[in-house]
Amino acid sequence: MKILVAVKRVIDYNVRVRVKEDGSGVVTENIKMSSNPPDDNAIEEAVKIKEAGKATEIIAITVGEEKSQETVRKALAVGADRGILVKVDGIVEPLAVAKVLQKIVDKEKPDLVFMGKQAIDDDCNQTGQMLSALLNWPQATFASKIEIKDKILRVTREIDEGLETIEVNVPAIVTCDLRLNEPRYASLPNIMKAKKKPLEVLSASDLGVDITPRLQQIKVEEPPKRKAGIKVTSVAELVNKLKNEAKVI
Amino acid sequence: MPREAMDYDVVIVGGGPSGLSTAIKLKQLDPELNVCLLEKASEIGAHILSGNIFETKALDELFPNWKELNAPVKTKVTKEKFLFLGKTKSLSWPTWLLPSVQKNHKNYIISLANLCRWLAKQAEALGVEIFPGFPASEILYNEDGSVKGVATQDMGIDKEGKQKDNFEPGIDLLGKVTVFAEGCRGHLGKKLIEKFNLDEGKDPQQYGIGFKEIWEIDEKKHEEGMVMHTVGWPLDNNTYGGSFMYHAENKQIFLGYVIGLDYKNPHLSPFDEFQRFKTHPSIKNIIEGGKRISYGARALIEGGLQSLPKMFMPGALLIGCDAGTLNMPKIKGSHTAMKTGMIAADTINYHFKHRDNLSVYEKLFKESWVYKELYRARNVKPSFSWGLILGIIFTGIDQILFRGKLPLTLKHKHADHETLKSANEMPKIDYPKPDGVITFDKTSSVYLTGTNHEDNQPVHLQLKDSNLPISYTLEKFDEPAQRYCPAGVYEIQRENNINKFVINSQNCIHCKTCDIKEPSQNITWVTPEGSGGPKYGNM
Repeated sequence: MKILVAVKRVIDYNVRVRVKEDGSGVVTENIKMSSNPPDDNAIEEAVKIKEAGKATEIIAITVGEEKSQETVRKALAVGADRGILVKVDGIVEPLAVAKVLQKIVDKEKPDLVFMGKQAIDDDCNQTGQMLSALLNWPQATFASKIEIKDKILRVTREIDEGLETIEVNVPAIVTCDLRLNEPRYASLPNIMKAKKKPLEVLSASDLGVDITPRLQQIKVEEPPKRKAGIKVTSVAELVNKLKNEAKVI
Repeated sequence: MPREAMDYDVVIVGGGPSGLSTAIKLKQLDPELNVCLLEKASEIGAHILSGNIFETKALDELFPNWKELNAPVKTKVTKEKFLFLGKTKSLSWPTWLLPSVQKNHKNYIISLANLCRWLAKQAEALGVEIFPGFPASEILYNEDGSVKGVATQDMGIDKEGKQKDNFEPGIDLLGKVTVFAEGCRGHLGKKLIEKFNLDEGKDPQQYGIGFKEIWEIDEKKHEEGMVMHTVGWPLDNNTYGGSFMYHAENKQIFLGYVIGLDYKNPHLSPFDEFQRFKTHPSIKNIIEGGKRISYGARALIEGGLQSLPKMFMPGALLIGCDAGTLNMPKIKGSHTAMKTGMIAADTINYHFKHRDNLSVYEKLFKESWVYKELYRARNVKPSFSWGLILGIIFTGIDQILFRGKLPLTLKHKHADHETLKSANEMPKIDYPKPDGVITFDKTSSVYLTGTNHEDNQPVHLQLKDSNLPISYTLEKFDEPAQRYCPAGVYEIQRENNINKFVINSQNCIHCKTCDIKEPSQNITWVTPEGSGGPKYGNM
């Protein structure tokens, strides 16, 4: 079984994101970038499946600028066998990414496609679902547990009401939740080895995919600042304020 | 389980200006050498914090074509100011009356973090293997006692010290020569100094704590290339320190404050002094209407030549601020750090060719311009132990009239952890509450550093005696760690009438101040799990 894992380079989750002054986006220059955290879970799960002898090859793919190679290299350092970078500049919307992935699936013929449930930069949570529709494959989203039995996946999903367990037939798309596993660290020797693993660089036009954005971004702005709280001295004062100032009771 | 080992010709610990310069120079001298460089931050530059007015002397030697290579050294200093601050007034000191070492007209305003990112790119292009996210946690020795290399930190250890599921053992990195370039108060450098008695016959080392904020200010108030330094308020005559304000590119200013860690009053809070400083009319007027976008702090090393340890030992070199080559009157350490790194490369190259020991470092260092600079600068910092006014008078005589050639060398008498007086002898300081516009609290400041440490790991701020903070330091000094830590790591919490010393190690921004200033030297800073710590952008 072959597993394709899609990863994305995003602003590190510890960094305080700053909006550009002209509202055209967020500042990314000289900012620490990392792999999208749930994508790390997706890679980890694929590696675990391979280690259990149930997969033969793991391909890590990303769609992004030249520097996104780092993210693919990281996936290679924790156990992916080879990598693909589809080089694009600027914003790529989920539909464009899904179309690129569709072409790669046609070419590589994986049995499973894994990716994070969403990227922490745009929080779209769409690519997996769109790819499922484009390929007409079943999808299991927000996976927190995956069991493989022959050609059937039993997936536990994190949903609002609790946990839901579904079964899907292979080939399938799985989007991974942070609870799925604990990603391993890349060891130094493995980082060295990853530098020598094959990494194919393609462009969207090589694949014949039109990645022109379909959405127009009008403005990016910071959320309004929260007002400081106040301390009340008695219950009566609280009730009074809720009634007359906040007008909520 | 035995650790894996990897062999290199040279192992460099630390990806700051000195370590990167060593790596680059080594490959320039001999492209065949196998060189690796370890960095504890998640990427090169993320733990770098500096003013910074940059003197290009060392960079000119390392890359004569740095302009063509598009080094991020762009904003020339165009205008200089030096102010003495009173509480509301200020007195401008004519720049022609400044010692020449404090004139900056040939220098550049830069982000040292960005320069390091650029240097790292050049180093990688030359074939240096750079490993960010891998702190060197341990020194390895040969049987004859010489340094053999370093071990990287184990990953995936829980709070109790047990291995987690994702445990990944550290690696032994073995070098024919190991170069320690960890920056001020490196935790391995500290051990080497002790083991090899490198500071024998030297004065105690002197440190300061430096703060930096980046502000985006109103276009009309911004003068790209302008640099301003101040002394005086809010510090008293007996506390060593001052501020800097550099007008950089993109309407940004780099605003900072440095306070000598030899301060005596345990009630003093360096962080709050910096915040209070910003309320001075001559500062407030400039930043008002602007926005603070970054914050950080880092200890700096100020002892100079009198405190400079021997920089070579069997199998290893200690360079840059890890040894202490900052030029205090110039308030610059980047060019000297780079140069000592380049001298390290020359030394290693000579060592490999002549099978000699590393002692040639001393000779090359003494012949270099770094030594001459530090020699002339040597009396400035100690003279300020007499207070600001006498310090300035002496410095004027020493630096302007004699250009640092006075035939006497002043001594540093005390280590910084020895200078605190007991809390009840010293006045309490009532700091104004932050307004959230010009001045801020520690919590919102630390948030801007992006610092984080994996929650479930051993505390990397170790206490030799866990009772001491409450039984002695709180009692005698009102536990100054609550105030000298710029990130709010240390707290005294009172629960059921019992005081508890709390270490919020996740907040740590790796400044090393606690390791320096703790009166009993009870706190030891060790490396946390790789990638932990701040994520500074263009600091």
